Amino acid sequence: MKFGVVVFPGSNCDHDMIYVLKKLMDQEVMALWHKEKDLQGCDFIILPGGFSYGDYLRSGAIARFSPIMEQVIAFAQKGGYVLGICNGFQILCEAHLLPGALLHNPNHRFMCHNAFIRCETDNALVTRTLSPGQVLKIPIAHGEGRYYAPEKTLRSLNDQDQVLFRYCDETGNLNPSHNPNNSEEYIAGICNENRNVFGMMPHPERAADPELGNTDGLLVFEGILNAMIKE
Amino acid sequence: MKFRAEINVMPLKALLDPQGKAITASMKNLDLPEIGNVRVGKHITLEVDAPDEEQARQKVETACKKLLANPIMEFFELELFPEN
Repeated sequence: MKFGVVVFPGSNCDHDMIYVLKKLMDQEVMALWHKEKDLQGCDFIILPGGFSYGDYLRSGAIARFSPIMEQVIAFAQKGGYVLGICNGFQILCEAHLLPGALLHNPNHRFMCHNAFIRCETDNALVTRTLSPGQVLKIPIAHGEGRYYAPEKTLRSLNDQDQVLFRYCDETGNLNPSHNPNNSEEYIAGICNENRNVFGMMPHPERAADPELGNTDGLLVFEGILNAMIKE
Repeated sequence: MKFRAEINVMPLKALLDPQGKAITASMKNLDLPEIGNVRVGKHITLEVDAPDEEQARQKVETACKKLLANPIMEFFELELFPEN
């Protein structure tokens, strides 16, 4: 089992991600520079958070055409597992590996604080160790995090059980005052129809080390690991 | 032939444009409350080499559809001018 973390110019959560996988979970992990054209045998690709290409044009729009993305797209289309966190989620939407788009937060502020998210399904690799309804406290840190998709896409996401996480309050209720960026239907994370590409705006890697006082995010990575080993 | 393209990329009319909304609100600070519905997009210029205008337009449209605009949230308009 080998994880690959793609590093774009402007990625800034790549080292946190590598730290969690290597030091906390004792996994083999390598950084993949965006100019490479080979995934080097990695079994699971992570697109980390950050500000690839300075968020120029639109968040994720330019990174989506980085050389390595051709391989990432081909890997995903063959069923390979890909997870995008924050900017990684934006890149996956721009690459059309996930439906929808992430718009500016309506208050036009960069939001950086803990948020509560509710697991919506355990029928996905990243939520395999969670139960539907389970609430996690995970930090968000983004300026463009408002999930948006046309109504038809939203309907299909719900029908196909593709919504992984929704923003909620501490007790798991959907509550407009706890939808930090006014995402459509409180959506914080989704997967594709084939359930091998995952995207989420909150940062589980920032809530994984016990030293930081919150390990809710570790559950996401443990889910991946347990499920991959079983498969 | 070289052509210059002038491209406007605008947020879809149905979507909230937070920048435009903030600017609209500031108009009353300028004593211009008559101004409303400000929307903010991007103006992009570029040069393209092509044998004729039709092929130049096709190339610029491809660039718009693939990278410069995201049709989920934006629409674009473009104009082409021959460059001397």
